[in-house]
Amino acid sequence: MPETPHVDIDYVAKLARIDLSDEEKSKFSGQLESILGYIEKLNELDTDNVEPTAHPHPVENVWQEDLVSSELPVEEALKNAPAQRQNMIVVPKVVE
Amino acid sequence: MSEELYYKSASELSGLLEKGELSSVELTKVVIERTKAVEDRVGAFNSFDEADAISQAEASDGRRAAGEARGALDGIPVGIKDVLAVKGQPLTCSSKMLANFVSPYDATCIQNLKQAGAVLWGRLNMDEYAMGSSTENSATHVTSNPWNLDCVPGGSSGGSAAAVAAGQATVSLGSDTGGSIRQPASHCGVVGLKPTYGRVSRFGLAAFASSLDQVGPFGRSVKDVAMLLQTISGHDERDSTSYKSEVPDYLASLEAFKGKKWTLGLPKEYFESAADSTAMEPVRKAIDFYKSLGCEIKEVSLPHTEYAVATYYIIATAEASSNLARYDGIRYTHRAENFDAKDSVDIYCQSRAEGFGEEVKRRIILGTYVLSSGYYDAYYLKAQKVRTLIRNDFLKAFEEVDALLAPTSPFPAFKKGEKMEDPLSMYLSDIYTISANLAGIPGMSLPCGYSDGMPVGLQILGKPFKEQELLAVGQEFEAAHDFVNQHPDL
Amino acid sequence: MEYEATIGLEVHVQIKCESKIFTRCKAGFGYEPNTLVDPVIMGLPGALPVMNKKALDGIIKAGLALNCTIPDYCKWDRKNYFYPDSPNNYQITQYDKPICDGGFVEIELEGKSRNVMGEHKNIKLTRIHLENDVGKLNHFAEDSLVDYNRAGTSLMEIVSEPDMHSGAEAFAFLTAIRQTMVYCGISDCDMEKGQMRADANISVRPVGQKELGAKIELKNLNSITGVKNGIEYEIKRQTRELKKGNEIKQATWRWNADQGITEPMREKEDAHDYRYFPDPDLMPVRVDDEWRNRIRSEIPELPWDKQRRFMEEYELPYTITSVLVPDRELSEYFETAAKQAPKSAQAIGNYVVNNLLRELGEAGLSLAESKVQPEHLLSLVSVVEKRVITKNVANKDVFPEMFKSGETADEVIERKGLKSDIDSGQVEAWCREAIAENPNPVEDYKSGNEKAINSLKGQVMKKSRGKANPQEADEILRKLLS
Ligand SMILES: [Mg+2]
Ligand SMILES: [Zn+2]
Repeated sequence: MPETPHVDIDYVAKLARIDLSDEEKSKFSGQLESILGYIEKLNELDTDNVEPTAHPHPVENVWQEDLVSSELPVEEALKNAPAQRQNMIVVPKVVE
Repeated sequence: MSEELYYKSASELSGLLEKGELSSVELTKVVIERTKAVEDRVGAFNSFDEADAISQAEASDGRRAAGEARGALDGIPVGIKDVLAVKGQPLTCSSKMLANFVSPYDATCIQNLKQAGAVLWGRLNMDEYAMGSSTENSATHVTSNPWNLDCVPGGSSGGSAAAVAAGQATVSLGSDTGGSIRQPASHCGVVGLKPTYGRVSRFGLAAFASSLDQVGPFGRSVKDVAMLLQTISGHDERDSTSYKSEVPDYLASLEAFKGKKWTLGLPKEYFESAADSTAMEPVRKAIDFYKSLGCEIKEVSLPHTEYAVATYYIIATAEASSNLARYDGIRYTHRAENFDAKDSVDIYCQSRAEGFGEEVKRRIILGTYVLSSGYYDAYYLKAQKVRTLIRNDFLKAFEEVDALLAPTSPFPAFKKGEKMEDPLSMYLSDIYTISANLAGIPGMSLPCGYSDGMPVGLQILGKPFKEQELLAVGQEFEAAHDFVNQHPDL
Repeated sequence: MEYEATIGLEVHVQIKCESKIFTRCKAGFGYEPNTLVDPVIMGLPGALPVMNKKALDGIIKAGLALNCTIPDYCKWDRKNYFYPDSPNNYQITQYDKPICDGGFVEIELEGKSRNVMGEHKNIKLTRIHLENDVGKLNHFAEDSLVDYNRAGTSLMEIVSEPDMHSGAEAFAFLTAIRQTMVYCGISDCDMEKGQMRADANISVRPVGQKELGAKIELKNLNSITGVKNGIEYEIKRQTRELKKGNEIKQATWRWNADQGITEPMREKEDAHDYRYFPDPDLMPVRVDDEWRNRIRSEIPELPWDKQRRFMEEYELPYTITSVLVPDRELSEYFETAAKQAPKSAQAIGNYVVNNLLRELGEAGLSLAESKVQPEHLLSLVSVVEKRVITKNVANKDVFPEMFKSGETADEVIERKGLKSDIDSGQVEAWCREAIAENPNPVEDYKSGNEKAINSLKGQVMKKSRGKANPQEADEILRKLLS
């Protein structure tokens, strides 16, 4: 954990795909740095030999057999679409 | 009686329905009328569909007439937090992002309610995407606390708690990621229970933090909460994290446990930090009550308590930053009117800038940061390890005691706007509830008194998958007090 | 200065399943847009993934067939990036704990000629992991349309070490993987249907230089020959640049099959920050020996082993095996017959590779549709060995009839009266005439020119109007001339 956390707010906002206003940027980076500062208290703990907890009641090999049992009619699948054509979602042309 | 019908318990109403002294349509109409009468003051709902509710009620009465009633909840109006998918109903998460979204499918817990014949009633307000402790982070409006309209109802399930407190629903469903059921229950003077992680299916619950989220019941009595919990609990093939273990008969165990002399623990860290809190007096009285019953009261230690908030905000925001990536302006959400079509990412950046509120943006940014390159080990992995320590604290404590008693919140409901500008202090107010989500254990809040006229909740934390014991402990207190019949005057 | 290329491949192979990898929604190809979707595939609020057991069995089978170790434990991670074909804007994949570790692929390079086996070598694998496929973008003038039918299809990613050095090796690598997958029934690897897709990492360095040159990731290699041509072109291009003294910048390029060139796609500068973390919606997978062994027992004899065995056990020439073995059904058809007449295996091999495949090709039929079954072939082999008919008659008259009617050789011979009615006495008479009438070849033969006997044999065949048995004539001529 960096000693004095500095948040490159532009980089993070780009990663998160959120266009932040300048006010939001300065407000958030201040608040985030104080939260990150608070979070540093975790460094007081030696966790070298501690197993991480992903699921509080871990189980393994949870699966289903390969049988079709789920569907969604195309009109249901697209009824909330902001833009559609020929039963497909319209998006701006993507290079690649 | 009918003017008071909306404050009767689900168990009592279910008896009336069974005896034919009341029809579901009558009951539902009363609840609808009550809702409309107080909604302009309480504002618990994002939306409701009267016609749909009436037709569900008619179907219920039809079943009963045909001798095909489906059990205790058949015909009972159940309010639904606007975070659970109900086929054909709006699902907004109180976000502009989903303002026009109509769910094409049912959550598993909703399917369970439908099979039980419950009347699904309305879409209840919440903090946007369940991120908050006051319901002030809703994109639609701020819900008021029925006990004092200037105060918040708590959150994130503020609408679910307020609706039950105000008689706008007999019982309701909420979700709890860091206290979002227990804290508003405490602030609104009702009973709310967060089940063990994995006890209730998350399928159809719009995810905030997958490893912490649980769906749970609100009611005006422990028994009502038990009835609703019974209906939604159990393993679900469609949720890989739901737990395979049979569900006990909660009502039966409430009877069976009556008068049991429980061994109850007081987490000393909780009481130290809460010493000065105004919410403590009723909690101490409640503890004395259990002593007077002959329960053994032990002080226990949860040494890693002070790390819970930091751990929680790393895990919750990291998971949220990924879970909320699907709200992107492409398939079914709000899409910005204006974006640079030449720039392949601008449609996302603009749609998400417009669709998300401030708190959601703040948490997505924090979560994105802690996962970003180079920081995974330092933040997320570290937090998962501390999570193990926090969980072990509880498991160790439960070797000595059956359940833990604690305050639900450091203070009763605060005034609207009071904490909005200081996220960290808002986060710190979750101190007593957050650990249960990290440890995956069940927790319940029930009314135990007042502080300057505002309700205060007693929190009971229990062993994994021992909800029946929490309910039983809670019922001992409830039975000896009159909080079930205390209602806000609206 | 001499330059050498280093190539690593990332091969994505779809695993044949009825449903998708993380939901029981139907999987398939060629359906109407967005008809193979459900709440999970559309990434709707509240939808949750659940593993597909068959996809796990499939990748473990692939791993064992490609000599990987299957660790006891693997888990799922989210790879976070925004793209319209990815409904959740994260891909569920395996970051640091893949289900298959290491391994290698045995490949065969082209031999000196078509009938000589080429060099075999092992190409090292880094790993094979499982992940979900994305949807499909259809590009138009003004915008793009997204179809999520393919999204969520079970996909394995086979990652090789930088262990190849030419387009030919890459070609052989993909061919070997495809054969193995098809043999094991894991995938049909139809590149036209996107069931197999390859990206290549290509770098060039002066011979003798230790560190690798800057690598170009080459995408859009949509056919096996595309892989070969694209890589060869890119190697030439990089070498040319280096010779000009220009430096190669790490970047992503694309193979343009129409123009037969590679072209830049994007600089590595905007390299993604994928924010991998364990998917909290999925439980880890634990594999034990019981599971490994069950899958291992389902793996058939693999192509290279079968080819080596055919060449040894049945003494088949390489050319025959290289036609029989790549087609599992054909090789099994052959062996059904060969097992019953091992000494005639070569003759059987010839009938299958030459006669049967030609007739099937001309009739446009599949092996399964062939009326000629292994036992029919055996009947043909035996009548030829018993000299009931000549090879010539077998090829020209009998086999085509068998193919049309589905009769045995004997039935065809009976029906068409093809049985050669000449006895050895008659053949010997023709031989004596041939010797009498052709002194020169006789001289040549006696003076040691073995070949000369052929022209005498030719005379005998002419006299018999092709009905005499050439071997028989050969034997009698030698006897008379000795
Ligand atoms: Mg890759
Ligand atoms: Zn991949």
